[in-house]
Amino acid sequence: MHEKTNRPLVELNHIKKTFNAGSVNESLLFDNFNFSVEHGQFISIVGSNGSGKTTLLNLICGSLMPDSGSILLDGHDITKMPEYKRSAKIGRVFQDPSMGACPSLTILENMALADNKGKHYDLSPGVSKKRIDYYRHQLEMLRLGLEDKINMPVGLLSGGQRQALSLLISTLTPIDLLILDEHTAALDPKSSENVMELTEKFVREKRLTAVMVTHNLRYAVEYGDRLVMMHKGVAVKDVAYHEKDACSVEDLLKIFTEISIECGN
Amino acid sequence: MVFGLIETVFREGFIYALMAMGVLITYKILDFPDLSVDGTFPLGACVAAALITLGVNPWLVCILAFAAGACMGSITGILHVKLGITDLLSGILVMTASWSINLIITGGTAIFQFFKLPTIFNSGIAKALPPALYAHRQVIIVFLLAVIVKLALDGFLKTKSGLLLRAGGDNSRFITSLAHHPGHVKILGLAIGNGCTALAGCVLAQLNENADVNAGKGMVVMALAAVIIGTGVFRRVSFMKLTTMAVCGAILYKACLQIALLLGLPSIYLKLLMAVLLTLSIVSQKIGNKGGALNA
Repeated sequence: MHEKTNRPLVELNHIKKTFNAGSVNESLLFDNFNFSVEHGQFISIVGSNGSGKTTLLNLICGSLMPDSGSILLDGHDITKMPEYKRSAKIGRVFQDPSMGACPSLTILENMALADNKGKHYDLSPGVSKKRIDYYRHQLEMLRLGLEDKINMPVGLLSGGQRQALSLLISTLTPIDLLILDEHTAALDPKSSENVMELTEKFVREKRLTAVMVTHNLRYAVEYGDRLVMMHKGVAVKDVAYHEKDACSVEDLLKIFTEISIECGN
Repeated sequence: MVFGLIETVFREGFIYALMAMGVLITYKILDFPDLSVDGTFPLGACVAAALITLGVNPWLVCILAFAAGACMGSITGILHVKLGITDLLSGILVMTASWSINLIITGGTAIFQFFKLPTIFNSGIAKALPPALYAHRQVIIVFLLAVIVKLALDGFLKTKSGLLLRAGGDNSRFITSLAHHPGHVKILGLAIGNGCTALAGCVLAQLNENADVNAGKGMVVMALAAVIIGTGVFRRVSFMKLTTMAVCGAILYKACLQIALLLGLPSIYLKLLMAVLLTLSIVSQKIGNKGGALNA
């Protein structure tokens, strides 16, 4: 028990993951892949398409199962735990803003559903009147004026508003880990900046551990405590804290170019 | 004559409205094309016949018929969710199996009659009605039932469980994010949907004082048409609840069929007309959505 605090929050040990096993398109992505996430760390992951960054998130969340190896969350083996059970401790924001909430339900109903995460969905009133002020207060943090539109269906919001709401929804209840899956990629530049600033704010204020996959090299450099660059299922660069602070977008682009040349592109 | 016709439309309309509200849950809210309805409608009728013959209180019979339908609906859900069978095929399997189950319940007879036994239409509340209203007891009782089911469903859809159900049809990923199995929500919805359908079958059987094993043919088409017509016609009425739309849709649909029969359409054409009406309502809804995709 005493060791537990020293252990990383997430541990991926000796992961093997093959796609299209048994067909001509069989491809081995991860072979003996090891990765860990420390408590309270905010990690940015970059990498070209097919480098394994989204697969890594899917393995942690349980949307994909590894062929072999083990996955531990806070010291507990979750390798075989289904995705929906892991969700109790993991929040996730997707690239597609429509994935994070229910379009036909109102903002208030979405918040109430999220507020009840991990508890029983019984026959008590779906929206507790006592909690409405709390939800309004939470929405104010987004600075989008959504606190005045709580009875509006989420489907009527813009992509940027929805993604900010998704971020709030996924962090409304206490979670161990926040997964950000290219969550600014589908937004316009202004909304994208806003969502990124909110991400930083939530991660710091709620003291969350976060893993963010992004194609935006500037975000990867500017935000987070640790930067990982993936290529063909291997972390080709992994720097943290002051080492990461010394890292620039140009450095990352240089590595990208070198990799491309090696691959003969 | 006209008044009698209107009363017939409302009497049958309110009975089918019970089923339409159930199908509203599966089709409109969960986006699940549930064909088991064709089997659970006569199931409710057969349960009614068997239990009323045994002397069970007719209102209790309604509750038990709902429960029987809910069980069958859950089986459709389990076949789909746990065994990975497609939604349409799960419904067909349950619909086919129901045929035998219904015959087992009736003891092998296709039409089970139970004349002159206490039903919801001739005992209890019906008997307590003042003489002036007694002649209209059938339409009054089915109206009451439709109101009760509507209010119960409206109330349910506002609970935590109900909100989760509505979320399930909208974005099943969101259910997973809420640490809940998205399939379990589907099973619950199918149980409620088929419970309502069996209740409709039970009420119709009590009205006719017989249960017809064949009564389920075309029920999916009828219920879907009621739901699509109701939600299509009244979608601009913002204060109207979905359940009210389904009830109104069922009555409008029944009115269309009655008018067609009145204009001299031979009854053998009825099912053809039902299919045409559903097709027309889907197509008109598609045009209303400006050619948007429709998963009907």
